[in-house]
Amino acid sequence: MAKRRVITIDGNEATASVAHRTNEVIAIYPITPSSSMGELADEWSAHLRKNIWGTVPQVTEMQSEGGAAAAVHGALQAGALTTTFTASQGLLLMIPSMYKIAGELTSYCMHVSARTLATHALSIFGDHSDVMACRQTGFALLASCSVQEAHDMACIGQAATLKSRVPLLHFFEGFRITHEVAKIEELTDDDLRHMMDDALIAAHRQRALTPDRPVIRGTAQNPNEFFQAREACSPFFDACSGIVKDVMDRFGKLTGRHYHLFDYEGHPQAERVIMLMGSGAEAAAEAITYLTARDERVGMVRVRLYRPFDVRAFVDSLPKTTRKIAVLDRTKEGGAVGDPLYVDVVTALREAHDQGWTQWDRESCPDVVGGRYGLSSKEFNPAMVKAIFDELAKDKPKNHFTVGIEDDVTHSSLPVDPDFSTEADDVVRAVFFGLGADGTVGANKNSIKIIGEETDNYAQGYFVYDSKKAGAITISHLRFGPRPIQSTYLIDRANFVACHQFLFLEKYDVLEYAVPGAVFLLNAPFGPDEIWDHLPREVQEQIVAKELKFYVIDGYKVAREAHMGSRINTIMQTCFFAISGVLPRDEAIAKIKQAIEKTYGKKGAEVVQRNFAAVDTTLEHLHKVKVPGGVTATKGRPPTVAPEAPDFVKNVTAVILQNKGHSLPVSAFSVDGTWPLGTTKWEKRNIAQEIPVWEPDICIQCNKCSLICPHAAIRPKVYDPTLLKDAPPTFKSADYKAADFKGMKFTLQVAPEDCTGCALCAEICPAKDKANPKRRALMLKPQMPLRETERENYDFFLGIPDIDRTKVKRETVKGSQFLQPLFEYSGACAGCGETPYVKLLSQLFGDRALIANATGCSSIYGGNLPTTPYTTNREGRGPTWNNSLFEDTAEFGCGFRLAIDKHIEQAHELLQGLGGKVGDELVREILAADQTDEVGIAAQRERVAALKEKLAGNGSAEAARLLLLADYLVKKSVWILGGDGWAYDIGYGGLDHVIAMGRDVNLLVLDTEVYSNTGGQASKATPLGASAKFASAGKASPKKDLGMMAMNYGTVYVARVAMGAKDAQTVRAFVEAESYPGPSLIIAYSHCIAHGYDLINGPRQQKLAVDCGLWTLCRYDPRRAAKGKPPLVLDSGEPTIPVAEYMRNETRFRMVEKVDPKRFQQLLLKAQQVERERYALYQHLAGLTLPQAEEN
Amino acid sequence: MDLSTTYLGFKLPHPLMPGASPLTGDLDTVKRLEDAGAAALVMNSLFEEQIVLEELAARDAMETPADSFAEALSYFPKLEEYRLGPDEYLRQIRKVKEIVSCPVIASLNGVTTGGWLQYARQITEAGADALELNVYYLATSPTETAQALEDRTIEMVKSVKQVTHIPVAVKLSPFYSSLPSLAARLAEAGVQGLVLFNRFYQPDIDVNELEVTRTLELSDSRDLLLRLRWLAILSGKIDVSLAVSGGVHTAVDAVKAVMTGAHGVQVVSALLDNGPETLKTLREGMARWLEEHKYASLEQMRGSMNLSRSPDPSAYERANYAHILQGWGR
Repeated sequence: MAKRRVITIDGNEATASVAHRTNEVIAIYPITPSSSMGELADEWSAHLRKNIWGTVPQVTEMQSEGGAAAAVHGALQAGALTTTFTASQGLLLMIPSMYKIAGELTSYCMHVSARTLATHALSIFGDHSDVMACRQTGFALLASCSVQEAHDMACIGQAATLKSRVPLLHFFEGFRITHEVAKIEELTDDDLRHMMDDALIAAHRQRALTPDRPVIRGTAQNPNEFFQAREACSPFFDACSGIVKDVMDRFGKLTGRHYHLFDYEGHPQAERVIMLMGSGAEAAAEAITYLTARDERVGMVRVRLYRPFDVRAFVDSLPKTTRKIAVLDRTKEGGAVGDPLYVDVVTALREAHDQGWTQWDRESCPDVVGGRYGLSSKEFNPAMVKAIFDELAKDKPKNHFTVGIEDDVTHSSLPVDPDFSTEADDVVRAVFFGLGADGTVGANKNSIKIIGEETDNYAQGYFVYDSKKAGAITISHLRFGPRPIQSTYLIDRANFVACHQFLFLEKYDVLEYAVPGAVFLLNAPFGPDEIWDHLPREVQEQIVAKELKFYVIDGYKVAREAHMGSRINTIMQTCFFAISGVLPRDEAIAKIKQAIEKTYGKKGAEVVQRNFAAVDTTLEHLHKVKVPGGVTATKGRPPTVAPEAPDFVKNVTAVILQNKGHSLPVSAFSVDGTWPLGTTKWEKRNIAQEIPVWEPDICIQCNKCSLICPHAAIRPKVYDPTLLKDAPPTFKSADYKAADFKGMKFTLQVAPEDCTGCALCAEICPAKDKANPKRRALMLKPQMPLRETERENYDFFLGIPDIDRTKVKRETVKGSQFLQPLFEYSGACAGCGETPYVKLLSQLFGDRALIANATGCSSIYGGNLPTTPYTTNREGRGPTWNNSLFEDTAEFGCGFRLAIDKHIEQAHELLQGLGGKVGDELVREILAADQTDEVGIAAQRERVAALKEKLAGNGSAEAARLLLLADYLVKKSVWILGGDGWAYDIGYGGLDHVIAMGRDVNLLVLDTEVYSNTGGQASKATPLGASAKFASAGKASPKKDLGMMAMNYGTVYVARVAMGAKDAQTVRAFVEAESYPGPSLIIAYSHCIAHGYDLINGPRQQKLAVDCGLWTLCRYDPRRAAKGKPPLVLDSGEPTIPVAEYMRNETRFRMVEKVDPKRFQQLLLKAQQVERERYALYQHLAGLTLPQAEEN
Repeated sequence: MDLSTTYLGFKLPHPLMPGASPLTGDLDTVKRLEDAGAAALVMNSLFEEQIVLEELAARDAMETPADSFAEALSYFPKLEEYRLGPDEYLRQIRKVKEIVSCPVIASLNGVTTGGWLQYARQITEAGADALELNVYYLATSPTETAQALEDRTIEMVKSVKQVTHIPVAVKLSPFYSSLPSLAARLAEAGVQGLVLFNRFYQPDIDVNELEVTRTLELSDSRDLLLRLRWLAILSGKIDVSLAVSGGVHTAVDAVKAVMTGAHGVQVVSALLDNGPETLKTLREGMARWLEEHKYASLEQMRGSMNLSRSPDPSAYERANYAHILQGWGR
């Protein structure tokens, strides 16, 4: 047998490695945190990596998890060894198929990265709520506790299901296991072949549907037969746990890693025992090792096979001395007797007793309490385990407790001793604060590989990411030590702390992680002699008090000198190795260089050389700082939010922003997931290196900059000149140049602390100095020197009243930008192509908009905590927003419409009934109101205000009812937002139904042509020739023409827009869509980082997309048909450039060309042809007048 | 008619060949060029600057957003075969070599000494028969002297000569103070040929947008005149192969080039305009012209109109307009 390799990988790869080698068909749909399993499988198959039977598994991306599950079901029925990977909502969508698969006794092992189900909020993090929703499907449920186990159980699960015929769901926590990088022993192909029984595979094949041995399954059964037939499978479920046990035994003999259905560890005569499954067991094991060494009689049962629940094996696993059991669930089942594992244990003990399988009589039977921990990857560490044992030591331990949070509402939580730690002294614990863009995580992953694979040390890496995409911060937690690392929790006692961004010292308590005597490495633009005086007081205090060994490097200087831009990854990595001494310096540097060569070798010699140069010059710039004896700083860290922020923001939001949200008690939160709007404005992120500076003398006041700004960080206002009397000295203004507000002043103001520095505004600016065209109306300048003055200017600017909405030409680019954005400073990527559309929507209709948002980028930058961008105007009105799910958004938004229409109908009914009391004239005016523009809306608002006043004085029940509904008499605007993954794939069925219904809803598709939020998987919107995950060789089929499909109904307003190409058409389309009293669909070209180019070129690429004919701008308005005009209007002319000119600028296309120029050439020709055909069709339609309805 | 010639040491049946252009990027076109009788093929240029920029851009595009956001640790498929650097070009040399039998001349435009050398070596290894160095450097600094610029070119050429054994030609621009002196130095440095001249993207100005736009107009026969003059001046004085590049659109244009001393006649715009088959038309036209004008061979007329043999050498040496003015009214 081949020797087993020791490898350093994450849990997803560990699982996929086995799944890919032991299956033939893999049908998937991307969902966090499982996505990378499918991607890896696809990548391996694309590279023709074979399974253990010598054939390359076929990997297919479906349109939803429902689709994936059905494809899996079909493939299994047709006899292929089949698997899938999923999580959370995706798993829920698979449940119907899972019942079928289990009912048909199908050998099948699927892999689930267990993730929180969306309830009051979505969460991408790990717990067991999704898996627990499947415990009734008939699937066996097998849990893994670590990366090694995920690898092993993937094998055990696959082998067991072949024998048992009970399908098996193998699960492991999202992020904690899926994304933890650890050193494991890899199973060889021989190992896998040894475990997979050929005869059982043959039997699986024999059961397949085939016309050569036809059978029928999936019949419809009746009372005569269903019940009995349902019971016929019982022996298989009875035998299942025994089979899993046998397979585990066989695996143990093969590998030396022994697993059991229930694994006990701890004191042999334990009295207090906890029971749990998944990664929390590792932290618990660490605590138990520590406590038993101190003679505590404690222990733990790890549940590995949760379903079928083997009662006998369970009771046998408990020490006879057990007096009390705490059963821990990582899910919350509202209203149940208890959470599921707890209920099972209580029932199992009772049943075991009744069966005579236990040594306890009823009185001495152990007490059982249940507790909840770790929801949504909440920390679960040895101190919490200790807290549970302490609770169990009490006479009457709390039942249904929680641990890891402070529950000051129902007082369920257990107190935890923050000083309790089991971390061993010989384990290196390092915490790194970095920016996503500076490469810190990548370098740390590299370091783990180097240490894991080049030394005898065990290694562990876990990475905490930001909720924002622009200027995202990352915190890496790395452990290295002589024994396998079981610490499945974050490091809070680091002996090495690195801060790769100097500014973080102002925002976060970086050194709270450091233990006394730890090393502190700081990247700062100051030398060893000056750095001390630039540190905030809190930092100095900790350096002195903890006697930290303090090192400083100007990493950006080194990077600049080596022409590395802002990539300081290899520089900081070199520093880590140099200081930490994990490896001898020279050896470490050689390994770093090897890693650089491996990472970049194929992607360019130049990049390798520059990295080498950076590594070689790093050490001469690394300095130990002589720490003075005492604290000298007078200034501390600035407050996280401004003092004038609302209490909620100060007491809750700010705490989360400081990275201390875990300390917030239950009472700090709303009971139903409701949060206040407009919180991004309190988070001053200061992530821009450079911000635009306005040159009023050059500016032509076109407002294009404001329109394209993804973050609402540059805004125009037109205002009365007298307001300038209180302006700060550097506040700029100019005479307003057009006739509509003659005599007024104009200012274009940047929000210096909210700008991300994407520079789209300066790029799009058409105004140039005629004598020196290099000088534009917007020039980027360093933010730091401008921060203070521009902050003051921006505050003043915000205080200037917005111009009256009714006076603004909102259908023009310029006019629309004088409306207050009610979507501001989101966490979207710098230069995002989606958010300008969302912002425009908020300006035009935000004060009366309800938004249903599909899960995806737009729901993340729209609703990811701690701060959210939707906000209110001075009257307190603004968009109200909810994200239901990914797949159901059109229907969800349609529900808004149904409710509002009903409200309006009732209001009308009541109004008509109350005419005499509130005034017939008012009623008539309200009912007949024209609300097609802002003047009409404002007038209606006034009428409704008058009505409400009258109603308030009227004591009748009807008046009271109408008072509640009166506001609906002002037109509401329903918007349904999502990306192409939603509109073209998972949500298409619902979208199609909703636009067919004819209700007045507006659907905005932010089309990035790829699943952006989950990392670039192909959708049906992906254009022909583009490389994306699951279409790595370049997508061979053309982009689905969603617009054309919608036009087919003839009753849907459809617009295809590209703001960067023709902004006036975009604004016009938005206004038209909203005014159309039926369904409207806007498909908006959104450039994206997943296209692979500097987004400053986004508008230019949009223009090229239009000019080459791939993105024809058009508007289809059924109202035009009714007037005898062609309903379709083309807003872009015939293609003027070849598609290649557009494609070659983007990595997604360029990759295809580089890998296979011939194929690219073919795809290019095909793309060109498709473009010609489509354009011809559109051109034809644009000339088509439809027959008019005959009048009776 | 014997149209044979020797260019860069290769005995060719005639002097006509496609010059450096995108034509060789497509293998079908390459085949058509050979079928049209191309005596040799000059490949499109490998631009070091472009390669480096793409490497850096790809790194930024793929890496900067990576490992930043929990849901998307990368945005592109990992493709082992996705290689940047000169691979695509080198692969094309190999493929072109596989399907044609005429000499294949690679073209290289470097920026750094390291780039020139590395790529010259790799091009040689990929099997190119000769290398045309596309020396494209526009002096914009008032402090850089012509001498320094030329010295740098010579040094670069010498270094390249050391790493490759295949013949090397240098494609020059017309913007040198003393082209003959530079040519002589290049010959001394060991180059086997000179190509006159490079044609650049010409900056134009969009007066409305106040932007510089780059255009590359295809040549016409008027562009030939500049080349004829310098061919005539260098021919016979510098002992290397000479090729004309730019402005050959008709058989008579080609005849003029040979008469002023060209060993090789590179054609691009005519092929882009009228297809690869134009090469054949030009060759046949040349042969016919020679026959009609009773030439025994192409060799007989090579250099017949160069500076030393032309009946009116001063026409090349003087500025043309003076001459015409002097003759006005005569």
